[in-house]
Amino acid sequence: MSGFIEWSAIGNIIVVGLVFGAGLPALFALGVRALAGPGSHQDDGRVPLMRRVTAIACFAVIVVAVVGAIVYIAAGGH
Amino acid sequence: MDYTNISILLVLVVATALAFDFTNGFHDTGNAMATSIATRALKPKAAVGLSASLNLVGAFLSLTVAATIATGIVDAGVVTLEVVLAGLVGGIIWNLITWFFGIPSSSSHALVGGIVGAVIAAVGTSGVQWAGLFGKVLIPALIAPAVAIAVASVGTWLVVRITRDVEDKTNDRLFRWGQIGSASLVSLAHGTNDAQKSMGIILLALIAAGAVPNGSSVPFWVILSCALAMALGTYIGGWRVIRTLGKGLVELSSRQGMAAETSSAAIILVSSHFGYSLSTTHVATGSIMGSGVGMKGAKVRWSVATRMFGAWLITAPCAAVVGATAVFIEQGVGGTAGSYVIFGLLILVSSFIFLRSRRTKVDSKNVNDDWESSADNESVVAQSVATHNPQLMRIKSKPRKKRVKKKGKQIHKQKHKKKHKKSEKG
Repeated sequence: MSGFIEWSAIGNIIVVGLVFGAGLPALFALGVRALAGPGSHQDDGRVPLMRRVTAIACFAVIVVAVVGAIVYIAAGGH
Repeated sequence: MDYTNISILLVLVVATALAFDFTNGFHDTGNAMATSIATRALKPKAAVGLSASLNLVGAFLSLTVAATIATGIVDAGVVTLEVVLAGLVGGIIWNLITWFFGIPSSSSHALVGGIVGAVIAAVGTSGVQWAGLFGKVLIPALIAPAVAIAVASVGTWLVVRITRDVEDKTNDRLFRWGQIGSASLVSLAHGTNDAQKSMGIILLALIAAGAVPNGSSVPFWVILSCALAMALGTYIGGWRVIRTLGKGLVELSSRQGMAAETSSAAIILVSSHFGYSLSTTHVATGSIMGSGVGMKGAKVRWSVATRMFGAWLITAPCAAVVGATAVFIEQGVGGTAGSYVIFGLLILVSSFIFLRSRRTKVDSKNVNDDWESSADNESVVAQSVATHNPQLMRIKSKPRKKRVKKKGKQIHKQKHKKKHKKSEKG
Protein backbone atom coordinates (compact mmCIF):
# COMPACT_ATOMS: atom_id res chain seq x y z
CA MET A 1 0.00 0.00 0.00
CA SER A 2 2.98 2.29 0.52
CA GLY A 3 2.84 3.28 -3.12
CA PHE A 4 -0.47 5.00 -2.50
CA ILE A 5 0.85 7.23 0.24
CA GLU A 6 2.73 10.38 -0.68
CA TRP A 7 5.05 10.47 2.31
CA SER A 8 6.90 13.61 1.27
CA ALA A 9 3.67 15.59 0.92
CA ILE A 10 2.48 14.34 4.30
CA GLY A 11 5.80 15.23 5.90
CA ASN A 12 5.58 18.75 4.49
CA ILE A 13 1.99 19.11 5.65
CA ILE A 14 2.88 18.06 9.19
CA VAL A 15 5.90 20.38 9.47
CA VAL A 16 4.33 23.47 7.90
CA GLY A 17 0.99 22.64 9.54
CA LEU A 18 2.69 22.61 12.93
CA VAL A 19 4.42 25.93 12.28
CA PHE A 20 1.15 27.66 11.41
CA GLY A 21 -1.48 25.49 13.06
CA ALA A 22 0.26 25.27 16.43
CA GLY A 23 2.61 28.26 16.20
CA LEU A 24 -0.06 30.88 15.62
CA PRO A 25 -2.25 29.80 18.55
CA ALA A 26 0.87 29.78 20.74
CA LEU A 27 1.69 33.29 19.57
CA PHE A 28 -1.85 34.39 20.32
CA ALA A 29 -1.51 32.85 23.76
CA LEU A 30 1.73 34.78 24.31
CA GLY A 31 -0.11 37.96 23.39
CA VAL A 32 -2.91 37.16 25.82
CA ARG A 33 -0.40 36.39 28.55
CA ALA A 34 1.43 39.65 27.94
CA LEU A 35 -1.83 41.57 28.22
CA ALA A 36 -3.50 39.70 31.03
CA GLY A 37 -0.98 37.34 32.61
CA PRO A 38 0.31 37.66 36.18
CA GLY A 39 1.97 40.99 36.82
CA SER A 40 0.42 42.58 33.77
CA HIS A 41 -1.45 45.23 35.71
CA GLN A 42 0.35 47.96 37.62
CA ASP A 43 -1.10 49.43 40.76
CA ASP A 44 -3.04 51.98 38.76
CA GLY A 45 -4.51 49.16 36.68
CA ARG A 46 -2.61 49.97 33.49
CA VAL A 47 -0.64 47.52 31.40
CA PRO A 48 3.08 48.38 31.18
CA LEU A 49 4.29 49.64 27.80
CA MET A 50 6.67 46.73 27.25
CA ARG A 51 3.86 44.21 27.69
CA ARG A 52 1.56 46.16 25.41
CA VAL A 53 4.22 46.28 22.69
CA THR A 54 4.80 42.52 23.02
CA ALA A 55 1.09 41.82 22.76
CA ILE A 56 0.62 44.09 19.76
CA ALA A 57 3.62 42.49 18.04
CA CYS A 58 2.16 39.00 18.58
CA PHE A 59 -1.28 39.99 17.30
CA ALA A 60 0.24 41.85 14.35
CA VAL A 61 2.09 38.72 13.17
CA ILE A 62 -1.19 36.82 13.39
CA VAL A 63 -3.06 39.47 11.42
CA VAL A 64 -0.38 39.34 8.74
CA ALA A 65 -0.68 35.55 8.61
CA VAL A 66 -4.47 35.76 8.27
CA VAL A 67 -4.31 38.38 5.52
CA GLY A 68 -1.67 36.25 3.81
CA ALA A 69 -4.00 33.25 4.00
CA ILE A 70 -6.88 35.24 2.46
CA VAL A 71 -4.65 36.48 -0.36
CA TYR A 72 -3.52 32.90 -0.86
CA ILE A 73 -7.10 31.67 -1.13
CA ALA A 74 -8.01 34.52 -3.48
CA ALA A 75 -5.02 33.81 -5.69
CA GLY A 76 -6.34 30.28 -6.10
CA GLY A 77 -3.19 28.72 -4.76
CA HIS A 78 -4.80 25.33 -4.18
CA MET B 1 -31.24 11.93 -27.89
CA ASP B 2 -32.88 14.95 -29.40
CA TYR B 3 -32.39 18.54 -28.41
CA THR B 4 -35.35 18.84 -25.99
CA ASN B 5 -34.34 15.75 -24.10
CA ILE B 6 -30.81 17.02 -23.66
CA SER B 7 -32.11 20.36 -22.41
CA ILE B 8 -34.37 18.69 -19.88
CA LEU B 9 -31.55 16.44 -18.72
CA LEU B 10 -29.30 19.47 -18.43
CA VAL B 11 -31.83 21.26 -16.26
CA LEU B 12 -32.11 18.19 -14.03
CA VAL B 13 -28.34 17.93 -13.65
CA VAL B 14 -27.98 21.63 -12.83
CA ALA B 15 -30.81 21.45 -10.28
CA THR B 16 -29.30 18.35 -8.69
CA ALA B 17 -25.83 19.89 -8.59
CA LEU B 18 -27.26 22.92 -6.81
CA ALA B 19 -29.10 20.62 -4.42
CA PHE B 20 -25.80 18.87 -3.69
CA ASP B 21 -24.18 22.25 -3.10
CA PHE B 22 -26.94 23.03 -0.64
CA THR B 23 -26.45 19.79 1.32
CA ASN B 24 -22.70 20.41 1.20
CA GLY B 25 -23.29 23.79 2.82
CA PHE B 26 -25.43 22.63 5.67
CA HIS B 27 -23.53 19.43 6.24
CA ASP B 28 -20.26 21.31 6.64
CA THR B 29 -21.31 24.37 8.65
CA GLY B 30 -20.09 22.56 11.72
CA ASN B 31 -16.52 22.27 10.44
CA ALA B 32 -16.08 25.98 10.83
CA MET B 33 -18.60 27.00 13.41
CA ALA B 34 -19.25 24.10 15.79
CA THR B 35 -16.50 25.15 18.20
CA SER B 36 -17.57 28.81 18.27
CA ILE B 37 -21.15 27.76 18.97
CA ALA B 38 -20.15 25.26 21.65
CA THR B 39 -17.99 27.76 23.54
CA ARG B 40 -20.57 30.52 23.10
CA ALA B 41 -18.12 32.77 21.32
CA LEU B 42 -21.00 33.41 18.95
CA LYS B 43 -24.73 32.90 19.24
CA PRO B 44 -25.80 29.93 17.10
CA LYS B 45 -27.72 32.05 14.58
CA ALA B 46 -24.94 34.62 14.37
CA ALA B 47 -22.39 31.87 13.80
CA VAL B 48 -24.22 30.29 10.88
CA GLY B 49 -24.94 33.76 9.48
CA LEU B 50 -21.26 34.67 9.56
CA SER B 51 -20.28 31.33 8.08
CA ALA B 52 -22.87 31.68 5.30
CA SER B 53 -21.68 35.18 4.36
CA LEU B 54 -18.07 34.02 4.29
CA ASN B 55 -19.00 31.00 2.19
CA LEU B 56 -20.67 33.38 -0.22
CA VAL B 57 -17.63 35.65 -0.35
CA GLY B 58 -15.33 32.64 -0.62
CA ALA B 59 -17.20 31.34 -3.65
CA PHE B 60 -16.52 34.60 -5.49
CA LEU B 61 -13.02 35.03 -4.16
CA SER B 62 -11.25 32.66 -6.47
CA LEU B 63 -12.35 31.50 -9.89
CA THR B 64 -9.70 28.98 -10.75
CA VAL B 65 -12.30 26.32 -11.13
CA ALA B 66 -11.30 22.73 -10.96
CA ALA B 67 -13.25 22.08 -14.13
CA THR B 68 -13.06 18.37 -13.64
CA ILE B 69 -14.42 16.40 -10.78
CA ALA B 70 -13.04 13.04 -9.84
CA THR B 71 -10.01 13.61 -12.06
CA GLY B 72 -7.72 10.64 -11.94
CA ILE B 73 -10.36 8.62 -10.15
CA VAL B 74 -12.72 7.72 -12.98
CA ASP B 75 -12.11 7.50 -16.68
CA ALA B 76 -13.14 10.95 -17.92
CA GLY B 77 -14.40 9.52 -21.21
CA VAL B 78 -17.24 7.58 -19.63
CA VAL B 79 -18.73 10.42 -17.60
CA THR B 80 -22.03 11.28 -19.26
CA LEU B 81 -24.81 13.51 -17.99
CA GLU B 82 -26.73 10.44 -16.80
CA VAL B 83 -23.72 9.24 -14.82
CA VAL B 84 -23.20 12.67 -13.25
CA LEU B 85 -26.88 12.86 -12.30
CA ALA B 86 -26.77 9.42 -10.66
CA GLY B 87 -23.52 10.29 -8.88
CA LEU B 88 -25.00 13.49 -7.49
CA VAL B 89 -28.05 11.58 -6.29
CA GLY B 90 -25.73 9.18 -4.46
CA GLY B 91 -23.84 12.05 -2.89
CA ILE B 92 -26.95 13.92 -1.77
CA ILE B 93 -28.70 10.93 -0.27
CA TRP B 94 -25.62 9.81 1.66
CA ASN B 95 -25.08 13.36 2.89
CA LEU B 96 -28.64 13.47 4.16
CA ILE B 97 -28.36 10.09 5.87
CA THR B 98 -25.16 11.03 7.70
CA TRP B 99 -26.68 14.40 8.58
CA PHE B 100 -29.68 12.61 10.06
CA PHE B 101 -27.37 10.67 12.36
CA GLY B 102 -25.35 13.81 13.07
CA ILE B 103 -22.17 12.33 11.64
CA PRO B 104 -19.72 14.81 10.12
CA SER B 105 -18.76 12.87 7.01
CA SER B 106 -16.99 14.30 4.00
CA SER B 107 -19.22 15.77 1.30
CA SER B 108 -16.54 15.36 -1.33
CA HIS B 109 -16.17 11.68 -0.45
CA ALA B 110 -19.90 11.29 -0.87
CA LEU B 111 -19.74 12.97 -4.27
CA VAL B 112 -16.72 10.99 -5.49
CA GLY B 113 -18.27 7.79 -4.14
CA GLY B 114 -21.55 8.48 -5.90
CA ILE B 115 -19.83 9.08 -9.21
CA VAL B 116 -17.58 6.03 -8.88
CA GLY B 117 -20.63 3.89 -8.17
CA ALA B 118 -22.47 5.35 -11.13
CA VAL B 119 -19.47 4.71 -13.41
CA ILE B 120 -19.17 1.10 -12.24
CA ALA B 121 -22.87 0.53 -12.88
CA ALA B 122 -22.69 2.19 -16.28
CA VAL B 123 -19.51 0.74 -17.79
CA GLY B 124 -18.11 -1.69 -15.22
CA THR B 125 -15.06 -1.61 -12.99
CA SER B 126 -12.76 -0.74 -15.89
CA GLY B 127 -14.03 2.85 -15.79
CA VAL B 128 -12.49 3.38 -12.35
CA GLN B 129 -8.84 4.15 -11.71
CA TRP B 130 -8.43 2.20 -8.51
CA ALA B 131 -4.97 3.52 -7.63
CA GLY B 132 -6.35 7.05 -7.81
CA LEU B 133 -9.34 6.09 -5.68
CA PHE B 134 -7.12 4.63 -2.96
CA GLY B 135 -4.38 7.24 -3.15
CA LYS B 136 -6.59 10.30 -3.39
CA VAL B 137 -9.68 9.37 -1.46
CA LEU B 138 -9.45 6.44 0.92
CA ILE B 139 -5.91 6.78 2.32
CA PRO B 140 -6.16 10.56 2.94
CA ALA B 141 -9.30 9.84 4.96
CA LEU B 142 -7.09 7.94 7.40
CA ILE B 143 -4.21 10.40 7.30
CA ALA B 144 -6.17 13.67 7.66
CA PRO B 145 -7.47 13.09 11.17
CA ALA B 146 -4.08 11.80 12.35
CA VAL B 147 -2.29 14.90 11.11
CA ALA B 148 -5.01 17.16 12.51
CA ILE B 149 -4.98 15.46 15.91
CA ALA B 150 -1.19 15.89 16.05
CA VAL B 151 -1.17 19.57 15.11
CA ALA B 152 -4.18 20.56 17.22
CA SER B 153 -2.96 18.71 20.29
CA VAL B 154 0.45 20.39 20.11
CA GLY B 155 -1.27 23.77 19.58
CA THR B 156 -3.68 23.25 22.46
CA TRP B 157 -0.91 22.04 24.75
CA LEU B 158 1.16 25.14 24.01
CA VAL B 159 -1.78 27.50 24.41
CA VAL B 160 -2.94 25.98 27.67
CA ARG B 161 0.60 25.96 29.02
CA ILE B 162 1.32 29.56 28.09
CA THR B 163 -1.95 30.88 29.49
CA ARG B 164 -2.24 28.58 32.52
CA ASP B 165 -1.78 31.45 34.99
CA VAL B 166 -4.15 33.82 33.22
CA GLU B 167 -7.61 34.08 34.71
CA ASP B 168 -10.17 31.82 33.05
CA LYS B 169 -12.53 34.70 32.45
CA THR B 170 -9.89 36.78 30.67
CA ASN B 171 -8.83 33.77 28.65
CA ASP B 172 -12.38 33.16 27.53
CA ARG B 173 -12.94 36.77 26.60
CA LEU B 174 -9.78 37.12 24.53
CA PHE B 175 -9.66 33.68 22.98
CA ARG B 176 -13.20 34.03 21.72
CA TRP B 177 -11.93 36.68 19.34
CA GLY B 178 -9.18 34.40 18.11
CA GLN B 179 -11.74 31.68 17.74
CA ILE B 180 -14.07 33.77 15.61
CA GLY B 181 -11.16 34.82 13.41
CA SER B 182 -9.85 31.32 12.82
CA ALA B 183 -13.34 29.91 12.26
CA SER B 184 -13.98 32.62 9.68
CA LEU B 185 -10.89 31.56 7.79
CA VAL B 186 -12.12 27.97 7.67
CA SER B 187 -15.48 29.17 6.31
CA LEU B 188 -13.77 31.21 3.64
CA ALA B 189 -11.57 28.33 2.51
CA HIS B 190 -14.59 26.04 2.49
CA GLY B 191 -16.61 28.43 0.34
CA THR B 192 -13.82 28.64 -2.19
CA ASN B 193 -13.06 24.93 -2.36
CA ASP B 194 -16.47 23.37 -2.18
CA ALA B 195 -18.62 25.81 -4.14
CA GLN B 196 -16.17 25.34 -6.97
CA LYS B 197 -16.83 21.62 -7.05
CA SER B 198 -20.45 22.24 -7.95
CA MET B 199 -19.48 24.97 -10.40
CA GLY B 200 -17.15 22.47 -12.05
CA ILE B 201 -19.92 19.89 -12.36
CA ILE B 202 -22.37 22.37 -13.85
CA LEU B 203 -19.75 23.64 -16.29
CA LEU B 204 -19.02 20.09 -17.39
CA ALA B 205 -22.71 19.44 -17.88
CA LEU B 206 -23.13 22.63 -19.91
CA ILE B 207 -20.19 21.69 -22.13
CA ALA B 208 -21.40 18.11 -22.52
CA ALA B 209 -24.83 19.37 -23.58
CA GLY B 210 -23.33 21.87 -25.98
CA ALA B 211 -24.85 24.84 -24.18
CA VAL B 212 -21.48 26.56 -23.90
CA PRO B 213 -18.41 26.02 -26.09
CA ASN B 214 -15.65 23.74 -24.92
CA GLY B 215 -13.05 25.50 -22.79
CA SER B 216 -15.30 28.40 -21.86
CA SER B 217 -15.14 29.90 -18.39
CA VAL B 218 -17.86 29.58 -15.80
CA PRO B 219 -20.91 31.73 -16.64
CA PHE B 220 -21.76 34.28 -13.98
CA TRP B 221 -25.17 32.79 -13.19
CA VAL B 222 -23.47 29.51 -12.33
CA ILE B 223 -21.11 31.19 -9.87
CA LEU B 224 -23.96 33.15 -8.34
CA SER B 225 -26.35 30.23 -8.00
CA CYS B 226 -23.69 27.92 -6.56
CA ALA B 227 -22.58 30.54 -4.07
CA LEU B 228 -26.18 31.20 -3.03
CA ALA B 229 -27.10 27.52 -2.76
CA MET B 230 -24.15 26.82 -0.50
CA ALA B 231 -24.68 29.94 1.60
CA LEU B 232 -28.35 29.10 2.04
CA GLY B 233 -27.47 25.58 3.11
CA THR B 234 -24.89 26.91 5.53
CA TYR B 235 -27.34 29.40 7.01
CA ILE B 236 -30.02 26.79 7.55
CA GLY B 237 -27.32 25.04 9.49
CA GLY B 238 -26.68 21.38 9.95
CA TRP B 239 -27.49 21.60 13.64
CA ARG B 240 -27.26 17.86 14.11
CA VAL B 241 -23.69 17.77 12.84
CA ILE B 242 -22.77 20.97 14.70
CA ARG B 243 -23.99 19.36 17.89
CA THR B 244 -21.85 16.26 17.43
CA LEU B 245 -18.74 18.27 16.61
CA GLY B 246 -19.19 20.93 19.26
CA LYS B 247 -20.60 18.93 22.15
CA GLY B 248 -20.26 15.25 21.34
CA LEU B 249 -16.54 14.77 20.84
CA VAL B 250 -14.98 17.01 23.47
CA GLU B 251 -16.31 19.56 25.93
CA LEU B 252 -14.58 22.59 24.50
CA SER B 253 -13.22 25.74 26.08
CA SER B 254 -12.42 28.88 24.08
CA ARG B 255 -8.71 28.14 24.17
CA GLN B 256 -9.25 24.68 22.74
CA GLY B 257 -11.69 25.98 20.15
CA MET B 258 -9.23 28.58 18.99
CA ALA B 259 -6.38 26.09 18.72
CA ALA B 260 -8.61 23.60 16.90
CA GLU B 261 -9.88 26.06 14.30
CA THR B 262 -6.43 27.48 13.61
CA SER B 263 -5.08 23.99 13.17
CA SER B 264 -7.94 23.21 10.74
CA ALA B 265 -7.39 26.36 8.71
CA ALA B 266 -3.63 25.80 8.56
CA ILE B 267 -3.85 22.15 7.54
CA ILE B 268 -6.54 22.76 4.91
CA LEU B 269 -4.53 25.52 3.25
CA VAL B 270 -1.15 23.84 3.63
CA SER B 271 -2.38 20.48 2.33
CA SER B 272 -3.90 22.01 -0.77
CA HIS B 273 -0.68 23.93 -1.29
CA PHE B 274 1.27 20.68 -1.39
CA GLY B 275 -1.27 19.19 -3.77
CA TYR B 276 -2.53 16.60 -1.33
CA SER B 277 -5.95 17.91 -0.48
CA LEU B 278 -7.39 16.63 2.74
CA SER B 279 -11.11 16.70 3.40
CA THR B 280 -12.22 19.76 5.39
CA THR B 281 -14.50 17.57 7.45
CA HIS B 282 -11.81 15.06 8.38
CA VAL B 283 -9.36 17.81 9.26
CA ALA B 284 -11.87 19.77 11.35
CA THR B 285 -12.99 16.69 13.24
CA GLY B 286 -9.40 15.60 13.88
CA SER B 287 -8.51 19.07 15.11
CA ILE B 288 -11.35 19.09 17.60
CA MET B 289 -10.27 15.70 18.90
CA GLY B 290 -6.68 16.93 19.09
CA SER B 291 -7.77 19.88 21.18
CA GLY B 292 -9.15 17.35 23.66
CA VAL B 293 -5.98 15.25 23.59
CA GLY B 294 -3.76 18.28 24.18
CA MET B 295 -5.66 19.59 27.19
CA LYS B 296 -5.11 17.98 30.53
CA GLY B 297 -8.37 16.89 32.06
CA ALA B 298 -10.38 17.17 28.86
CA LYS B 299 -11.81 13.87 27.77
CA VAL B 300 -12.32 12.88 24.19
CA ARG B 301 -15.37 10.69 23.76
CA TRP B 302 -13.65 8.02 21.75
CA SER B 303 -16.87 6.05 21.34
CA VAL B 304 -18.34 8.96 19.36
CA ALA B 305 -15.06 9.30 17.48
CA THR B 306 -14.96 5.61 16.60
CA ARG B 307 -18.47 5.72 15.19
CA MET B 308 -17.38 8.67 13.12
CA PHE B 309 -14.27 6.98 11.74
CA GLY B 310 -16.43 4.05 10.78
CA ALA B 311 -18.78 6.35 8.90
CA TRP B 312 -15.87 7.93 7.05
CA LEU B 313 -14.63 4.58 5.81
CA ILE B 314 -18.03 3.59 4.48
CA THR B 315 -18.99 6.99 3.04
CA ALA B 316 -17.49 6.47 -0.41
CA PRO B 317 -18.69 2.83 -0.78
CA CYS B 318 -22.21 3.64 0.45
CA ALA B 319 -22.59 6.66 -1.79
CA ALA B 320 -21.29 4.41 -4.57
CA VAL B 321 -24.06 1.88 -3.91
CA VAL B 322 -26.68 4.64 -4.05
CA GLY B 323 -25.11 6.05 -7.23
CA ALA B 324 -25.02 2.62 -8.85
CA THR B 325 -28.63 1.94 -7.89
CA ALA B 326 -29.59 5.24 -9.46
CA VAL B 327 -27.89 4.22 -12.72
CA PHE B 328 -29.66 0.84 -12.72
CA ILE B 329 -33.02 2.53 -12.22
CA GLU B 330 -32.15 5.08 -14.90
CA GLN B 331 -31.25 2.36 -17.38
CA GLY B 332 -34.14 0.14 -16.30
CA VAL B 333 -36.67 2.83 -17.11
CA GLY B 334 -34.67 4.03 -20.07
CA GLY B 335 -34.12 7.34 -21.79
CA THR B 336 -35.00 10.70 -20.36
CA ALA B 337 -37.85 9.13 -18.41
CA GLY B 338 -35.20 7.31 -16.37
CA SER B 339 -33.65 10.59 -15.35
CA TYR B 340 -37.08 11.92 -14.39
CA VAL B 341 -37.68 8.86 -12.24
CA ILE B 342 -34.45 9.14 -10.25
CA PHE B 343 -34.95 12.88 -9.84
CA GLY B 344 -38.42 12.17 -8.46
CA LEU B 345 -37.04 9.44 -6.21
CA LEU B 346 -34.39 11.85 -4.93
CA ILE B 347 -37.08 14.32 -3.93
CA LEU B 348 -39.11 11.55 -2.25
CA VAL B 349 -36.17 10.17 -0.26
CA SER B 350 -34.99 13.64 0.76
CA SER B 351 -38.47 14.62 1.96
CA PHE B 352 -38.74 11.37 3.89
CA ILE B 353 -35.41 11.93 5.68
CA PHE B 354 -36.35 15.54 6.38
CA LEU B 355 -39.77 14.64 7.84
CA ARG B 356 -38.25 11.84 9.88
CA SER B 357 -35.68 14.30 11.28
CA ARG B 358 -38.46 16.54 12.63
CA ARG B 359 -39.22 13.93 15.26
CA THR B 360 -35.87 14.41 16.94
CA LYS B 361 -35.29 17.99 16.04
CA VAL B 362 -31.98 19.71 16.66
CA ASP B 363 -31.92 23.46 16.00
CA SER B 364 -30.31 26.65 17.17
CA LYS B 365 -32.15 26.39 20.49
CA ASN B 366 -31.03 23.01 21.71
CA VAL B 367 -27.77 22.61 19.82
CA ASN B 368 -25.73 23.24 22.98
CA ASP B 369 -27.71 21.02 25.34
CA ASP B 370 -25.77 18.54 27.40
CA TRP B 371 -24.55 15.55 25.53
CA GLU B 372 -26.37 12.58 26.97
CA SER B 373 -24.84 9.29 26.31
CA SER B 374 -25.00 6.61 28.96
CA ALA B 375 -21.91 4.92 27.55
CA ASP B 376 -19.84 7.98 28.38
CA ASN B 377 -20.91 8.59 31.94
CA GLU B 378 -17.56 7.51 33.26
CA SER B 379 -15.60 9.90 31.11
CA VAL B 380 -17.78 12.79 32.21
CA VAL B 381 -17.26 11.83 35.83
CA ALA B 382 -13.54 11.56 35.25
CA GLN B 383 -13.49 14.94 33.61
CA SER B 384 -15.44 16.69 36.32
CA VAL B 385 -13.19 15.17 38.96
CA ALA B 386 -10.03 16.02 37.08
CA THR B 387 -11.00 19.63 36.52
CA HIS B 388 -12.60 19.99 39.96
CA ASN B 389 -15.75 21.14 38.31
CA PRO B 390 -18.75 19.45 39.90
CA GLN B 391 -21.03 21.30 37.53
CA LEU B 392 -20.07 18.87 34.85
CA MET B 393 -21.76 16.11 36.83
CA ARG B 394 -25.09 15.95 35.20
CA ILE B 395 -25.60 12.37 34.42
CA LYS B 396 -29.05 11.04 33.77
CA SER B 397 -30.14 8.18 35.98
CA LYS B 398 -29.95 5.31 33.60
CA PRO B 399 -27.96 2.06 33.75
CA ARG B 400 -24.25 2.15 34.56
CA LYS B 401 -24.95 4.51 37.39
CA LYS B 402 -23.62 2.34 40.17
CA ARG B 403 -20.19 3.84 40.30
CA VAL B 404 -21.51 7.35 40.65
CA LYS B 405 -24.05 6.40 43.27
CA LYS B 406 -21.36 4.80 45.37
CA LYS B 407 -19.53 8.06 45.47
CA GLY B 408 -22.65 9.69 46.79
CA LYS B 409 -22.69 12.33 44.12
CA GLN B 410 -26.02 11.30 42.71
CA ILE B 411 -27.85 13.15 45.47
CA HIS B 412 -26.43 16.43 44.36
CA LYS B 413 -27.41 15.95 40.81
CA GLN B 414 -30.38 18.29 40.81
CA LYS B 415 -28.49 21.01 42.59
CA HIS B 416 -25.60 20.89 40.18
CA LYS B 417 -27.90 20.93 37.26
CA LYS B 418 -29.54 24.11 38.42
CA LYS B 419 -26.20 25.68 39.10
CA HIS B 420 -25.01 24.72 35.68
CA LYS B 421 -27.96 26.32 33.99
CA LYS B 422 -27.52 29.46 35.95
CA SER B 423 -23.88 29.73 35.04
CA GLU B 424 -24.76 29.23 31.43
CA LYS B 425 -27.08 32.19 31.45
CA GLY B 426 -24.76 34.40 33.38
